[in-house]
Amino acid sequence: MSLSAPLVLGIESSCDETGVGIVRGTDLLVNAVASSMEEHVRFGGVIPEIASRAHLDAFVPTLEAALEEAGVKLADIDAIAVTSGPGLSGALMVGVAAAKSLALATGKPLYAINHLVAHVGVGVLDGGQLPEKLGALLVSGGHTEILQVNSLTDDVRLLGATIDDAAGEAYDKVARLLGLGYPGGPVIDALAKEGDPKAIRFPRGLTLPKFVGSAEEPGKHRHDFSFSGLKTAVARCVEQYQKRGEEVPVADIAASFQEAVVDVITSKAVRACKEHGIENLLLGGGVAANSRLRALLAARCASAGITLRVPPRELCTDNGAMVAALGAQLVAAGITPTGLGFSTDSGQPVSLISLAA
Amino acid sequence: MLLLAIDTSANASAALLETTGAGVAVLGSFTSLVGNDHAEVLAPAIEALLQDAGAVRPDAVVVGVGPGPFTGLRVGLASAKTLAFVWDVALHGVMSLDAIALEAVATEPTGDFTVAIDARRKELYWARYHHDGLLADGPHVSLAEELPPLPTFGAGAGLYSERLAAIGATVVPGFDQAHPSAVSLGTSAARSLAAGRELLSTEPLYLRESDAKVPAVMKGKLL
Ligand SMILES: [Zn+2]
Repeated sequence: MSLSAPLVLGIESSCDETGVGIVRGTDLLVNAVASSMEEHVRFGGVIPEIASRAHLDAFVPTLEAALEEAGVKLADIDAIAVTSGPGLSGALMVGVAAAKSLALATGKPLYAINHLVAHVGVGVLDGGQLPEKLGALLVSGGHTEILQVNSLTDDVRLLGATIDDAAGEAYDKVARLLGLGYPGGPVIDALAKEGDPKAIRFPRGLTLPKFVGSAEEPGKHRHDFSFSGLKTAVARCVEQYQKRGEEVPVADIAASFQEAVVDVITSKAVRACKEHGIENLLLGGGVAANSRLRALLAARCASAGITLRVPPRELCTDNGAMVAALGAQLVAAGITPTGLGFSTDSGQPVSLISLAA
Repeated sequence: MLLLAIDTSANASAALLETTGAGVAVLGSFTSLVGNDHAEVLAPAIEALLQDAGAVRPDAVVVGVGPGPFTGLRVGLASAKTLAFVWDVALHGVMSLDAIALEAVATEPTGDFTVAIDARRKELYWARYHHDGLLADGPHVSLAEELPPLPTFGAGAGLYSERLAAIGATVVPGFDQAHPSAVSLGTSAARSLAAGRELLSTEPLYLRESDAKVPAVMKGKLL
């Protein structure tokens, strides 16, 4: 095996995407994804049991498609990597059971890796090795975090995270309130362009001085997020219009809600970067596709002297290539494989980049 | 023929069998004593079974397709499907209750009998069998009261012995803790194949919907 450019197959099943990706070092060979998103539409959010059933049906076909498209034989693979957490426990178990069986039947080493760190690791597939003084802002339907990445393979720290809903989840819930369907992100983003973001002042979660404190004496939630109060505020607002028998100004609400989310995420991310010596920020997760988030984050990073890196959309959403990319970095760094005996960890902390053997 | 049998409809279970026609020799077997560690223990157990038997791969894989609690069940199915794909060997599904039925037949029942295991939510997964172990009806999921008034084998019967007695079904002694085992599942599969009977696909027998509810606001009602 080439230690500098190992051929690694990555498996992802932490939410509603069944992903199998293959990379050679920092080169992406294939990124095969089967999504059960359509099956969740009528529920307005991901239903774990439906996602788990879909993973079971999709895994082998997705694996087969990935191998064929990449023109790779299992015998040629140097290592296998799989998401062991964080994520939906029943969904994780399908990917982990499949990955273990794949490792068992091929005799290849298996790495159980962290989904959030994989969102950062995918950066190497778009522009090669990641810079030093690196941070990551991850925003999706399942997570909202600010990470400090001292070393992709052995030192990642959580600077801040949501204490309730993920940002993408807030988008889904608000879209549901406004009767806009699922997923909420793209439809609210589009509708917001027709509305006035200043029409309604929605609350910015965890921005009061008692939570934020100062750089010298940080409050308990200085870099954390909260979106459940915002969701409630939107519900109240819609209710008020309905009570008065007035038409609900859907576009203005969408724009004002989006502004509240994006304002708090970007200002907190940039502050966390400045206070932790982070000069390079990587944006990841499905909400990275949001146009307002990208624009405001780019502007605020630029004025703070932070270089922003945003991988292509299909690498930001959950996928197997990101798992393979981090797996390849672990192999190259000489990290010991996990083996077959591990459990899934739905709350796996970012400090556990890969599980120990 | 070297046969790998897997069942995770109750506890994680795997067995390696050497079959000659209907004759079955058990080369090794594993059953977890814990109920919720399927994803953790199954693969290492299979690896050990193969190593102990000095085998690289079996000639076929059979897997219990349930009914059983969903999360554990899927671990067995995902494993079996992936193993058979990589090894490029035959893959068959077996209804998990058949494993207990095979053990029940060994007690020489005189007529039809029922096999029942815990389905949680105060219900049982169950099926009715003829005295020779052939499936007569099922599998079903229901309250204990809906079982037929027959001798009942399996841990599900042990759970609701009084309610079953009230409808004329009796719990067979020695079987009130019985779960589907990979040894019996594999043996049942080998005998079916030897008798020229078709086995199942690996489509899981969930018997229940996902229970997801469409929220009121998605049905066109705002707030
Ligand atoms: Zn993700």
